[in-house]
Amino acid sequence: MQLPLFPEAASAIASSVDYLYFYLTAVTIVMTALIFAVVFFFALKYRRRSEHEIPPPIHGSLKLEIAWSVLPFLVMLTFFWWGAQIFFANASPPPDAMDIYAVGKQWMWKIQYPEGQREINELHVPVNRPIKVTLASEDVIHSFFIPAFRVKHDVVPGRYDIMWFTPTKPGRYHLFCAEYCGTEHSGMVGWVTVMTENDYENWLAGGGSEGTMAQQGERLFGQLGCATCHQLDQQGRGPILRGVYGSRVQLQNGQAVLADDAFIRESILNPNAKVLAGYKADVMPTFQGQITEEQLLQLIVYVKSLAIQGAPPVSEQSGAAATPNQTPTTGEKK
Amino acid sequence: MSTVLQDPRAVETPNYLNQEYGWKSWLFTKDHKRIAVLYIISITAMFFIGGIFASLIRVELLTPQGDLVNSDTYNKFFTMHGIVMVFFFLIPSIPATLGNFFVPMMIGAKDLAFPRINLLSWYIYIAGAAFALAAVVLGGVDTGWTFYTPFSSTYSNTFVITAAVGVFIAGFSSILTGLNFIVTVHKMRAPGMTWGRLPLFVWANYATSLIQVLGTPVVAITLALVGLERAFHIGIFDPAIGGDPILFQHMFWFYSHPAVYIMILPGMGVISELVTCYSRKGIFGYPFVAGSSLGIAIIGFLVWGHHMFVTGMSMYASLYFSLLSFLVAVPSAIKVFNWTATMFRGSISFDTPMLYAFGFIGLFTIGGLTGLFLATLGVDVHVTDTYFVVAHFHYVMVGGMVLAYLGGMHYWWPKISGRLYPEGWAKFACLLVFAGFNLTFFPQFILGYLGQPRRYHAYAPEFQVLNVMSTAGASILGLGYIIPLIYFLWSMKYGPKAGNNPWRATGLEWQTSSPPPTFNFEKTPIVTEEAYSYHTQNQKETHGG
Amino acid sequence: MADAHGTVAEHAEHSPHLRHHFDDMAQQFDSATLGMWVFLLTEIMFFGGMFGAYTVYRGMYPEAFASTSQFMNPFYGALNTAVLIVSSLTMALAVRASRLGEQKMLQLFLILTMIFGLAFLVIKGFEYHEHWVDMKVPIIGGHWNYSEFPQFARQAQIMFCFYFFMTGFHALHMVVRLGLMTTIFVMAKRGTFSSSYFTPVEISGLYWHFVDIVWIFLFPLLYLIGRTKKLI
Repeated sequence: MQLPLFPEAASAIASSVDYLYFYLTAVTIVMTALIFAVVFFFALKYRRRSEHEIPPPIHGSLKLEIAWSVLPFLVMLTFFWWGAQIFFANASPPPDAMDIYAVGKQWMWKIQYPEGQREINELHVPVNRPIKVTLASEDVIHSFFIPAFRVKHDVVPGRYDIMWFTPTKPGRYHLFCAEYCGTEHSGMVGWVTVMTENDYENWLAGGGSEGTMAQQGERLFGQLGCATCHQLDQQGRGPILRGVYGSRVQLQNGQAVLADDAFIRESILNPNAKVLAGYKADVMPTFQGQITEEQLLQLIVYVKSLAIQGAPPVSEQSGAAATPNQTPTTGEKK
Repeated sequence: MSTVLQDPRAVETPNYLNQEYGWKSWLFTKDHKRIAVLYIISITAMFFIGGIFASLIRVELLTPQGDLVNSDTYNKFFTMHGIVMVFFFLIPSIPATLGNFFVPMMIGAKDLAFPRINLLSWYIYIAGAAFALAAVVLGGVDTGWTFYTPFSSTYSNTFVITAAVGVFIAGFSSILTGLNFIVTVHKMRAPGMTWGRLPLFVWANYATSLIQVLGTPVVAITLALVGLERAFHIGIFDPAIGGDPILFQHMFWFYSHPAVYIMILPGMGVISELVTCYSRKGIFGYPFVAGSSLGIAIIGFLVWGHHMFVTGMSMYASLYFSLLSFLVAVPSAIKVFNWTATMFRGSISFDTPMLYAFGFIGLFTIGGLTGLFLATLGVDVHVTDTYFVVAHFHYVMVGGMVLAYLGGMHYWWPKISGRLYPEGWAKFACLLVFAGFNLTFFPQFILGYLGQPRRYHAYAPEFQVLNVMSTAGASILGLGYIIPLIYFLWSMKYGPKAGNNPWRATGLEWQTSSPPPTFNFEKTPIVTEEAYSYHTQNQKETHGG
Repeated sequence: MADAHGTVAEHAEHSPHLRHHFDDMAQQFDSATLGMWVFLLTEIMFFGGMFGAYTVYRGMYPEAFASTSQFMNPFYGALNTAVLIVSSLTMALAVRASRLGEQKMLQLFLILTMIFGLAFLVIKGFEYHEHWVDMKVPIIGGHWNYSEFPQFARQAQIMFCFYFFMTGFHALHMVVRLGLMTTIFVMAKRGTFSSSYFTPVEISGLYWHFVDIVWIFLFPLLYLIGRTKKLI
């Protein structure tokens, strides 16, 4: 009979979360036991012995009220502080994190690696390296949940979300969809396999049959006709794409925005939303409905690969209007 | 003189039950007490319907595979369990039943401010329930009671609009009840019944009414927008045109978080009445208990984002919502401490209502403290959308609110029906409810931390033992609910007659006959004492005053 | 046996309109007015939800939303605003007439108020028709063409959804209040009201004014803001 009472801890953040959980549990047990004990004790000690008892009229005590309001609140502030620290850590992937792309779709997870592997409901990651997962949805809201890593993030259609973790223990761990998404919500499950560095290299070498994500993106670039207007190195009808990723670009209306994942996605799906200075609206057609979220990610990885030598590293700030930020620095509309 | 087996009509004084007979006198009544009884009947019916869905869920979850019903059906089960229980049981229950019956009496009024609107409120509730049940009968709805977009607005193939209309209509019932209570408490207090002398049950219902009036319209418009988006195939939550599905969540939770305070505040009001009566002592810290009801109502409107920590909300918004969620726990804690302090040096009896009060204090403490786990950002990321949340809210809703409801029903049953319930059976049922409840929901905390997500039809095999324990508990809990239904009905004909004040409680409602006369009071009472003046009452009794 | 009112002699003294759960007419009037104010509070929250959501999207897509002002007809909007303001005036005069017990004036002002209310709906109908002709009604079978500002074509649909939903709910409230006024008018014609009992007129007046105030917010928000903003 299997009776697990506690999940495995397999990521760098997991033990912090567990310690905080133990602390919360301890306080809960102490408070509950205290209340139970006092109530039980009073019930017994002051049980009614005669119908004519006259309990003394005790109206209250301001000191007590203040004490049992302020002290618990101070304890709660420790919960708040510790929890906020973990939350902040979760929100800032290190710049050298390995990229993986996960697309949620009713009712499966489609994982893509920059090297070209594709998996369904399976994630292979090397131990002790920070992994950054970019999350996208084809349809409804899903949620990417790996209990053993103590991480979870909703996957919302219409934008990208970022989640990161550092696996610390080789093994096989559950992957669950944690936001109800329809009929086979409970079937949208899979496995995360954490491998030693060597095993991971071997597994990667197997490769994707279709080339790396950047190569797949390059093929799409040709197939969809992007190359007609977007030349790599000389001016065509559309802006040059080499070096665009990660830079700040000037828009028609004078605003400057960062050309990141979300910006490129928006430019493909809704090109008239942000037209670059010097170009006209209504020239680039929209590809909404003709391209899947996975293909969008391949194109983005391709454009990313067109960086000029020595360009500054890509920052995480978002520039697209429809995409809320993934880190604290840009502020939020809601 | 034995009155147990005599025809109750033969020797009874005129009261609201026997004043008039016939279905018209009930369906067209303006008497708040009869309307309360109408609500008791319909809310009990909806509770058992919601309970049937819960039983189906728990039976399916005995095995890891989804083998009892198919996925779509299971998804409809948990959706309809949620919709029926939240909107047709928890939200209306205590205000529309015990509140309707006793708020006017407790303040010395002859009725609520707007008796016809009170009746209308019940009819609107029935209409809303009809739509919700129609959705069930036509084929069900499978969006979850939370109706998240874009699944509800675009992808679901079930009777979403029908269900949303039912909830929308029921919302008006809630608004009108709240409106009625607010005006009644402001304008119809008897002479001498100052705000500072109001029973805490009245304060609790007043604070609840404020939430009902301010929050419900927001969920109404939110669901209306979802319905319109489904009907017109375009709307403001559609990501394809730049809409934001998360905006739905903000709007939905702006109501639905305060809604949980609509559910629990009246229950807390009941507990204040029970603890004072069965300790025969005034409440410790009256201004704090009364003020904490208002505090919970106000702060409760400021914390909705704690349902959305993993949606990609900004860091700063998350910090703010986390901090305020801790703050809202403080007034609840104040109540628990004050109830406990009330028992100090009291004269405590163990009648069934007091047992339910004990149960409430213990289980609400656990439920409330586990809420702190969810307010803690780092832990919430792991446990949100898992069974931990399910366990938390059932601890506060069932372990809290339902126990308070049962306690209140037992306490006031002699006044409502004029009969006493059988104490032995009542204590037994209370024990079953307490034991069954804990066995059902405690394992779910463990399941949640292990990682079992919510709303899962099939689950990982290693979770089975805990699920089986939970289902076993549910069967005990169900039995604990059915037994009171039976003996309450039994007592209406065969129960011993209750006198005016079988519990020797203070409070204007106990100054009338059991059941009370239609106009509540022969003459408008004049109030000269604080609430819960047990000390004076005890002295009078002892010295023959 | 004395009933709830006391002796028979006392019973004869109070107004026939006094409901028996109230102590006196003053309490009844106060309760009715407070009740209507609380109800208006719920209406504020109802419309407030839509205004809130609109504000969020306006913040997200300021230019797309500004562009839509060009397709609103400010003439119709201003005319409607004037119509509603005048109807509020006649309503206030009706309430005044009822307080003074002036039956004929009361009926006259009620009729005028209803005429203005109806006029609003008729003008709105013309406006909706214009939007239909312009292909700006995305909610009916994609009846939508935004070639004037193609870069905003997607988000402008959100705005027009709001336009139709908000003005639609407002129009629904207009219809309800017309029904309410009809009832009040019928009661007035029967001579129900006098200087000692005019509560229904007073609280219906409150409701009438509220629906007008909602329009006073809708008009600038949907028609005026961003009209003259230079768009690329």
